[in-house]
Amino acid sequence: MAATTAPPLAYRDAPEAPVRTNKKSAWGSPTTYFIALVLVAITLAPVAYIVLGGFRTNSQITESPSGLPAPWVVSNYTEVLKSSVFWQQLGNSTLVALVTTVGVVVLGVMASYVLARYRFRGRGAMYSLFAAGLMFPITVAITPLYILIKNIGLINNLAGVILPQIAFALPTTIIILVPFLRAIPEEIEEAAWLDGCGRLGFFFRMVLRLSLPGVLTTGILAFVASWNSYILPLFILNDQGKYTLPLGVQAFSSQYSQDTAKVLAFTSLSMIPALVFFSLFERRIVGGLQGAVKG
Amino acid sequence: MSESSVGNLQAPTADHSSTGDGARRAPSPPRRRGIGWRQRLEITVLSGPAIVVFVGFVILPVVLAAYYGFYKWKGFGAPTDFVGFHNYVIILTDPEFHSALLHNGFILVLSLIIQGPVGILLALLLNRKIRGRSLIRVLIFVPWVVSEVIAGTGWSPMLQTDGAVNDLLQKIGLGHLQAEWLSNPDIALWSLMAILTWKYIGFAVILFMAGLQNIPEELYEAASLDGASYWQTQRRITLPLLGPTIRIWAFLSIIGSLQLFDLVYIIWGQYVAGTAGVSTMATYMVQYGRNAGSFGYGSAVAVVLFLISLIVALVYQRFVLRRDTEGALTGRST
Repeated sequence: MAATTAPPLAYRDAPEAPVRTNKKSAWGSPTTYFIALVLVAITLAPVAYIVLGGFRTNSQITESPSGLPAPWVVSNYTEVLKSSVFWQQLGNSTLVALVTTVGVVVLGVMASYVLARYRFRGRGAMYSLFAAGLMFPITVAITPLYILIKNIGLINNLAGVILPQIAFALPTTIIILVPFLRAIPEEIEEAAWLDGCGRLGFFFRMVLRLSLPGVLTTGILAFVASWNSYILPLFILNDQGKYTLPLGVQAFSSQYSQDTAKVLAFTSLSMIPALVFFSLFERRIVGGLQGAVKG
Repeated sequence: MSESSVGNLQAPTADHSSTGDGARRAPSPPRRRGIGWRQRLEITVLSGPAIVVFVGFVILPVVLAAYYGFYKWKGFGAPTDFVGFHNYVIILTDPEFHSALLHNGFILVLSLIIQGPVGILLALLLNRKIRGRSLIRVLIFVPWVVSEVIAGTGWSPMLQTDGAVNDLLQKIGLGHLQAEWLSNPDIALWSLMAILTWKYIGFAVILFMAGLQNIPEELYEAASLDGASYWQTQRRITLPLLGPTIRIWAFLSIIGSLQLFDLVYIIWGQYVAGTAGVSTMATYMVQYGRNAGSFGYGSAVAVVLFLISLIVALVYQRFVLRRDTEGALTGRST
């Protein structure tokens, strides 16, 4: 079977994926490939619909909803790219996602370090406190959270989105990071100690470097979650200039509800950043979750 | 901000440790039992910011919801119109809430029985060495990465009565299968399930693949020496050893199902969601809470949603997750 010995991809997979292919398995490779192909088709169909729809005209879409662009039109895309609203919202999304990511990673690493390497009364309680956060996605808290944000004057302010996002991303971050930090061998810490390196010195010189895979994973997860976040900006932000892209897409699609093609163009442009980001770091995410599942 | 303040503290504390009680600590440095003030300071400085932010924006709102839930309140000024359990009585006797709860339950069960097996099969498939595997792996995660808004904006026109799906069915000669995918109450919930599966299966696959990596290779070798077939191996070795991963995934899936909001609100909107039979507790909460300007009532719904999630989570942890989490922290704690 050619498939089981495919060298071009094997080298990329080797480090993190000990492949356990049963070479004499009951599954012939054609079946496997067929399933994989169907899978990819189903997965990509809606995305393709959005992207291709952006290259069509509205009359093309009405006449043949499932057809291909004929002829291809780029005006929808160029119009969106020329609109300042799109760039403004892209900027907002980027800013919110970056600040959220940095905040989550900094706070998360520090707290996880304490949980992983200090012994003190209340450690179990502290871990449970953060772990309990997993049970409560933002939906449950959104109504009072809105009041809270209003009371501290952060309505229609990007900071009003960023702070709660950091808070709600902390549980996942800490749960993923604690095993990573705990896995750092004590010998390294002792060696650092003997070299006159205090706990905090050890933290800054060694821990950050050694837990980089976990840190990257949580950072990526926080970034993607922030990029896609919907209910929080929906409650907090109320003018188009402040909108992040998900709200922008929705506002755009109700504003141009008759112009499906343009809406689809706007939508497909807004998903590019998250897709690029994810395809660059896919391996990291899988690797990081692997650590989390082990823990 | 917090980063730099910690950075400033680093130098003096590190100095102190080498001059002060460094010698006394040397024998077994990192795992001392007694806690000095210095260590307490480190713990406070390192974990303080996270705790403050977490308590302020996660715990406090939940507590506030419990308080606001006892008031009839429009969200301006301090709540004064105390109504006791009135809001809760209304919620628990409202047929609309009952059907929302029912939909959540339906979604919860179906997510588990559809996405679990499909996710495991896909993870097994993608764990095999096939050409283009890396590409397929990236592609299958695409739906998980795009936002709910994008998923909704894409699926919505496709599933309209005059949309792409019906058009495609017509073209390939399956015109009799055309349906009102989004508005027919008998079908809409299944359409939602299809979209949810499409959206979240990638996450299940990521987790299951990660779990598969943890199964020792020797077990498979032993099984194959004993002449076990592929499916026997999967059933006797993979499934039991994947247990912890499956249980964690199921937990996340259950919580996600109970709190489902985005996709329903985006595709159906608050009014149609009710008539199409896909409303959830969260859409009910937003519709009759914030969107109706009734923050007391909305908070009470949030509390109900919170309690239901909490009970489910505790029961699940008590009876299902216990053996997995037992060793995670307690093994090392004092």
